[in-house]
Amino acid sequence: MRVPYSWLREYCDPGVAVEEIAERLVMTGTEVERIGGVGPPSGDGFVVGKVISAEQHPNADRLRVCKVDSGDGERTIVCGAPNVAAGQTVAVALPGATMPNGEKLRQAKLRRVVSEGMVLSVSELELGEDADGILVLEDGPAAGTPLAEVLPIAEPVLELEVTPNRVDCLGIWGVAREVHAISAAPLAAEPWSEDAVAEGAGDVSDYASVEVEAPELCPRFTARVFTDLEVGPSPLWLQARLSAAGQRPINNVVDITNYVMLLTAQPLHAFDLDEVPNGALTVRVASAGEKMTTLDGVERSFDAETVLVCDENGASGIAGIMGGQSSEVSAGTTRVLLEVANWDGTNVLRTSRLLGLRSEASSRFEKQLHPALCMRAQRIASRLLVELCGAKLVPGTLDVAAEPPAPPSIGLRAARVEGLLGMAVPQADQSAYLERLGFGVEPDGDDLRVEVPPDRHHDVTREVDLIEEVGRVHGFDRHLPTTLPAVAEKVGGLSREQQLRRRAEDVLRDLGLDQVVGWSFTDPGEGGRLRLPEGDPRAEPVLLANPLSEDQSAMRTSLLGSLLDVASRNLAHDADAVALFESGQVYLNLPPMGRNATHIEGNRPVDPLAGVFVGERAAPFGEPHRLAALASGALVERSWRGGGEPADYFSLKAVLEALAGQLGVGLSFEAAPEPFLHPGRAAAISIAGVPIGWIGEVHPLVCREWDVEAAAGFEIATAALVGAATVGEEAFEDVTTYPAVHQDIAVVVPADVTAVAVHDAVLEGGGELLRSARAFDLYEGEQLGAGRKSLALRLEFRAADRTLTDEEVAGLRDSIVAELEGIGGGLRE
Amino acid sequence: MLERIEEIRGEAATAIAAASSSAELEELRVRYLGRKAELTSVLRGIAELPADERGKVGGAANRARQELEALLEASAAQLDASELESRLAGDRVDVTLPGAQPRPLGHAHLIARTTRLIEDVMVGLGYRVMEGPEIEHDYYNFTALNHPPGHPARMLQDTFYVQSHPDVLLRTHTSPVQVRSMESQPPPIFIIVPGKVYRRDSDATHSPMFHQIEGLAIAEGITLADLQGTLLALCRAIFGDEREVRLRPHFFPFTEPSVEVDVSCFQCGGSGSLASGERCNLCKGQGWIEILGAGMVDPNVLGFVESGGYDPERVQGFAFGIGIERVAMLRHAVPDLRRFFDNDVRMLEQFG
Repeated sequence: MRVPYSWLREYCDPGVAVEEIAERLVMTGTEVERIGGVGPPSGDGFVVGKVISAEQHPNADRLRVCKVDSGDGERTIVCGAPNVAAGQTVAVALPGATMPNGEKLRQAKLRRVVSEGMVLSVSELELGEDADGILVLEDGPAAGTPLAEVLPIAEPVLELEVTPNRVDCLGIWGVAREVHAISAAPLAAEPWSEDAVAEGAGDVSDYASVEVEAPELCPRFTARVFTDLEVGPSPLWLQARLSAAGQRPINNVVDITNYVMLLTAQPLHAFDLDEVPNGALTVRVASAGEKMTTLDGVERSFDAETVLVCDENGASGIAGIMGGQSSEVSAGTTRVLLEVANWDGTNVLRTSRLLGLRSEASSRFEKQLHPALCMRAQRIASRLLVELCGAKLVPGTLDVAAEPPAPPSIGLRAARVEGLLGMAVPQADQSAYLERLGFGVEPDGDDLRVEVPPDRHHDVTREVDLIEEVGRVHGFDRHLPTTLPAVAEKVGGLSREQQLRRRAEDVLRDLGLDQVVGWSFTDPGEGGRLRLPEGDPRAEPVLLANPLSEDQSAMRTSLLGSLLDVASRNLAHDADAVALFESGQVYLNLPPMGRNATHIEGNRPVDPLAGVFVGERAAPFGEPHRLAALASGALVERSWRGGGEPADYFSLKAVLEALAGQLGVGLSFEAAPEPFLHPGRAAAISIAGVPIGWIGEVHPLVCREWDVEAAAGFEIATAALVGAATVGEEAFEDVTTYPAVHQDIAVVVPADVTAVAVHDAVLEGGGELLRSARAFDLYEGEQLGAGRKSLALRLEFRAADRTLTDEEVAGLRDSIVAELEGIGGGLRE
Repeated sequence: MLERIEEIRGEAATAIAAASSSAELEELRVRYLGRKAELTSVLRGIAELPADERGKVGGAANRARQELEALLEASAAQLDASELESRLAGDRVDVTLPGAQPRPLGHAHLIARTTRLIEDVMVGLGYRVMEGPEIEHDYYNFTALNHPPGHPARMLQDTFYVQSHPDVLLRTHTSPVQVRSMESQPPPIFIIVPGKVYRRDSDATHSPMFHQIEGLAIAEGITLADLQGTLLALCRAIFGDEREVRLRPHFFPFTEPSVEVDVSCFQCGGSGSLASGERCNLCKGQGWIEILGAGMVDPNVLGFVESGGYDPERVQGFAFGIGIERVAMLRHAVPDLRRFFDNDVRMLEQFG
């Protein structure tokens, strides 16, 4: 909303610099984006001049050489306008003046004649639209009079960002009232207090009729008729105001409707009455597919919820949004029907969005105006039409209206203001602020009874709304104390799950992975690129109804796609290797599941990492939290000492095992395919038999889709990992009193026996005295014969209550050998 | 016999002194003191000597043995030291070669780091961290937050909706967790809610996905002044102890009064101009930077959970929502919101 400062001051002049009132507006809730301006930045160098003579330029057909009295003597000015003539009073810019485009005017030679200034047109001053060349002023002011005293040049304009609840401030009057409230400067009489004298013939009902078929969408429709008017350009003051407010002047009738809207916030629409057959208007909803060409020349088609203003030939305007071409006011119009109506804001907003058509009118109607505003606008517009267009107002107003809602009356308790704000506001001030804002205030015992004016009907409905009004005018910046809640029952902290998630993230980071935050969106084809078969729930993502683009139209079901996206982009940008992790949600097209991926029913234990959240309604979809890592290229840069091996299954497994170790979780790995993983280098990860994710080298075909040479990664359910964590629950174990016995053994087994099977057999044989068995070497070769492999394990035996003897350990070794025989193995000789 | 002992002793002492390696010394030890050495057999044969010689010979032989042992030990120590020295000299490296690569540490994403920073401040002020779904019911995102039907924010232009589920959307703010949390516990409640949010907007200052932290404090007698104090503590922890905050009245459907909160500029100290006299580019000469939206929770919102103990006549409180990206951009001079989601390693590695 652009508010020309001189226009504002006509109703309330705070008597301070524009910057000062702007600052107070900002601090009381009216955002001022900036203080702009129209015309030259300053009035210096702009004066009234009198044209003494205007002669043909000796060297140019289309230029005139004028002698102009600019108050400080006579000067020569070369002018290109055809209408310049001796005797005219004109606007002159002298050398040194700064023009609206920021350029400084200089004395210049035009075709060998020196020009000592410039005779100005309306558009050169940014006052409006040019008619025919230079601007010719009324004769009154003397030569040399500063132009700013005659015309609103160098006008400051407050550019406001009005919050959606304050539709009243989309009118100059509303802003003036606001300035009145915060500055206490006097407010002028309401500009609609006086109506025009109706001098037209007959009664309005002789000329026009209005029928409202959709009263719930059109609470009020008023119409007046004007005859004998003459359409033409508006006077300069009106053009200047509209220009400053950002509206292009068109003709006097249209300009008046715009002017009154900018003043009152109530939009108006003028029909050429002679283009409305029988003057009969009907308000109804459109039939689906109905069409009309709007004032901007575009043919538009409507749905069955669009409200139209129609004449006997069909649609003539979209209610509250834009009129139609058929009954547009034109140069030849002599009779006007002036519509000032009230529309349902939600419907206007809906239609305007649907059509992609937003107008000054719709941006006001959509915020819901009050029906009482209609007659304010009719009265002001009537006077201007009579005054500026020579119109005759036909007596009477067509007014189809529902019973207006009674003005609401709200109690404001004395203690409540300070109770809510923590800032005391004397009651006398409360009354004064509310009255200046246009509320009716009556004392009610210790409290106040407050009547809400129509301008604020939809914004102020409760005591708390009044408290806001009182508080903001009083000034939070000036009076609000700074305190902290004095509440004892307040225990902050992170839950164990939140702490462990942080720890997991820190471990991954400290193991050399960079954290990324990937898009939750992906393209619906990602499942295909990950080679997920049809029917895999991960290939059937939650889809958006209105995505910004096709490739952001699905919600990710896995973090792998995000990580591959990031890896691919980085590798394309010169990175030799990437090591990444993400900690974030995925979104499954399934109901929320619990920690162990089981359905949740009835009384749900809250488990946010699993996607089971607080609140009476379960989340619409499952969105479990995941931890995932992806590495491509060397985890450790190659140096003169070696290194530089590309990340593979075992590099990622080391990361995952370190993570699990930090959290005190035992993980199991079992060869298991995933469509997106290398079939021989993929494993399912589980905790105590419950699957929690995958690890492996990414399938070469998937890598190719992302233009990545090779990569390895894992993805696990954070809830399961964190839920199994024992870190923090460890109990002391005495490992120093009795020493451990270490022994290395070499086990030979058939090649298809897994390391974990050997490990389990050894542990089984060793019993509880065998504390650990760690495989540290693998050998496959001729000495063993085909189909066999040898695993070297380091064993640690320890008893809590004694030092183990050689005989005891030898006995345990025998039972280990016996267990190994059970899986087709034995000790290597 | 005594002469012979003296002779052996002298010969051995000379040899020990001349020995140049510990292997040579070991050989001398075996030769002069070993089981087959002459001195050893002398000592072994003492008993067969005449009684008057036994004492003299035995004494001399023992002395000789002890002396040689001492000599051997001393010489061995000396040789060890010099051998170590020469071995170390052989182990010399080119100290100008680059250091071996350690496994480099990774980096926390700036969004995650900033989230933790804010969480930690609020935890210190007595808040718990709650979480909620990103795909949310219209009810929690709009209806229970006092957005009437037809509210502009509900429009398709601003909010992502889920296909075939007209009442399911991507949450546009972290505020839906306000009502979720109040449904699950009676007042007093002091919580913050970090998380991803979504709006249909994309340019240098808008991303269709970004992060917020919601704050909610409801109890008896909580005031707007308490909001100001809480945000002052938060802003000082984020932007420095010298900062001030100010509340500007604003409008949000789910708070009343609503405010926008500015923090005094940490680059120019709130003066609007830099030491050089130039206009501060961070606050654009204003001295203040808009940092978040907040307000007193609207009684209509409490009305949705009134049966859970949230009677608006008895309890009241404030809520605020802070944009994580906005804080991170300000603190670390990141010029474009979209950079956070490019995840360019060259940027990630600039931040711990």
